[in-house]
Amino acid sequence: MRPLQLSSFTLTTCLGRGLAATLHALQGRATGLARRPFETAVLDTCIGEVEGVDAVRLAPELAPWDCRNNRLAELGLAQDGFADAVRAAAARLGAARIGVFLGTSTSGILQTELAYRRRHPASGALPPDFDYQHTHNTYSVSAFVRARLALAGPAWTVSTACSSSAKVFGTAARMIEAGLIDAAVVGGVDSLCLTTLYGFNSLELLAREPCRPWDRARSGLSIGEAAAFALLEPLPAAPAPDTIALYGVGESSDAHHMSSPHPEGLGARLAMAAALEAAALQPAAIGYVNLHGTATPSNDAAEDRAVTGLFGTGTPCSSTKGATGHTLGAAGGVEAVIAALALRHGFIPAGANTLEPDPALRAHYVLQGRAAPLERVLSNSFGFGGTNCSLVLGRA
Amino acid sequence: MSTLAAAIEGLALLGPGLPDWALARAVLRGERPYVHAPTAVPVPALLPPNERRRSGLAVKIALAVGAAALAQNARDASRIDTVFASSAADGDTCHAICEQLAGSERLISPTRFHNSVHNAPAGYWSIATRCMAPSTSLCGYDASFGAGLLEACAFLHAHGKPVLLVAYDAPYPEPLLAKRPVRDAFGLALLLAPQAGAGALARFELTLADGAPDTLADAGLEALRRTVPTARSLPLLGLLARGERGAAVIEYLGGPHLALQVAPCA
Repeated sequence: MRPLQLSSFTLTTCLGRGLAATLHALQGRATGLARRPFETAVLDTCIGEVEGVDAVRLAPELAPWDCRNNRLAELGLAQDGFADAVRAAAARLGAARIGVFLGTSTSGILQTELAYRRRHPASGALPPDFDYQHTHNTYSVSAFVRARLALAGPAWTVSTACSSSAKVFGTAARMIEAGLIDAAVVGGVDSLCLTTLYGFNSLELLAREPCRPWDRARSGLSIGEAAAFALLEPLPAAPAPDTIALYGVGESSDAHHMSSPHPEGLGARLAMAAALEAAALQPAAIGYVNLHGTATPSNDAAEDRAVTGLFGTGTPCSSTKGATGHTLGAAGGVEAVIAALALRHGFIPAGANTLEPDPALRAHYVLQGRAAPLERVLSNSFGFGGTNCSLVLGRA
Repeated sequence: MSTLAAAIEGLALLGPGLPDWALARAVLRGERPYVHAPTAVPVPALLPPNERRRSGLAVKIALAVGAAALAQNARDASRIDTVFASSAADGDTCHAICEQLAGSERLISPTRFHNSVHNAPAGYWSIATRCMAPSTSLCGYDASFGAGLLEACAFLHAHGKPVLLVAYDAPYPEPLLAKRPVRDAFGLALLLAPQAGAGALARFELTLADGAPDTLADAGLEALRRTVPTARSLPLLGLLARGERGAAVIEYLGGPHLALQVAPCA
């Protein structure tokens, strides 16, 4: 594929708001996961909650979109000059030539969960103030961001569970390649809600302590929330110094099971191989793999087989979900931005919380962050339904 | 302004009063009146019996039209890229989860939880057809069909191989239905290919366009187009039904819309 530059990028997670806070936390091997209350949830687990989401206020004209997910989107857009960079791009290219493709798994469903507690006692009707279209619907976050940034190009939400906001990079690449747009705002926003907390609990996939990817004692995932964004444009012939670019996207399906990965990681391996092929790279060119690494026993085992099958056991790998939690539909975007940070600042992030790597897993799992002159990195995102997506990013 | 070209190799439809393409074609040609009737959704033959029982309406519609569109030619389903587009995930599943979460016992069934994801039909399709090819699942609220058609054409352009677009809507039950009055289940599958091979129905060129989208003369069909997101495809289906060369403007985001130039294949 023709490379695309990340003209601007940002993320907001439980590690903090924006790139600097995230970099600081990752370099210090910090975690944002904590045992804390969320809404009325009564679960023995830790969460990665973003500070201050409830306090965010949307502009009056955007009031119909008000919900936790879009407040988190608003908070994310305000960091690192991202909204300003998009505004400048729109002035340069035209608002109709910029697409908006965001990933989410549950959008603003929390609003519906709350509304179901306020049903009319006789009729069962939902309360009049509940606005399904602008909050719960899966498209809500993309519509909100498109309106917030005054863009007028094509837009939709990709919702493929936990690969959603990796796959939007592929969407943008195809739409730019087809000439329908000149740039795209991509990324992902997913926020804490009861559906995912109780849903993953029903699958017995929630860890009690902060999740420990790749650890021999890993016992499940910790759910987080995040907003991550990137502005993608064709990579110019003479890129600016320090430019980070998207070189490859690989997508595949497991064809195996709705909520368990292929045990040999076959679909994951296909996605990684396709991303390398799109980037015209051999596995040895990859200096770091940001793993999907959810910390459930079977997910990490399957990914380990896929990664070592393709890369061998020498390529440095880590999962940053011990730091951010699993941000579900936002995870692909979060980890693409973390990959961009690793490239720009020349460091390999260590996996937080992991004490003793599982001896049954053979990938070179990094426990101590270190400086490294990275040129190309790969980021994995996999999801329910057997959906897989890998991205290759690099220094231009 | 860029133009994307595609050929339609297969088409299957399932809608209210439109149980299959043969009848829908006659209605869209004006040979039969449109009579609204609840959408008859068949049991998905693709799935093993236990999965048939557990799958929701969205999965049933998507698999039914997807399989029917592929059955019209010799393509190997396990190698076809797929784009699934829907205005929402499965309505019944979402309602059941929200009801449970509002109660005192918040016990969600694990199966119900994994069936609640927007890409559940894509997952079941991949399992049923043993297809490991790239796939995506989109939502554009009322603009979901246009989003799916754009993404399918972009897939075709990028990968140079056939792609199956499956657009569908599975209504919510009350009380969500009152807030999102999509009252009819609807499914449409289009198998698109880069070139028109033997048996292709039509080819088309697509551009983004401003201006007013096409409407339908028949009041019943126009009501369907306006209220069911996948039925926004009806102006295109009308041209295909009549075997006409012509233009259709499909309602997308209120600006841009999708302008199609359609030519039948002999």
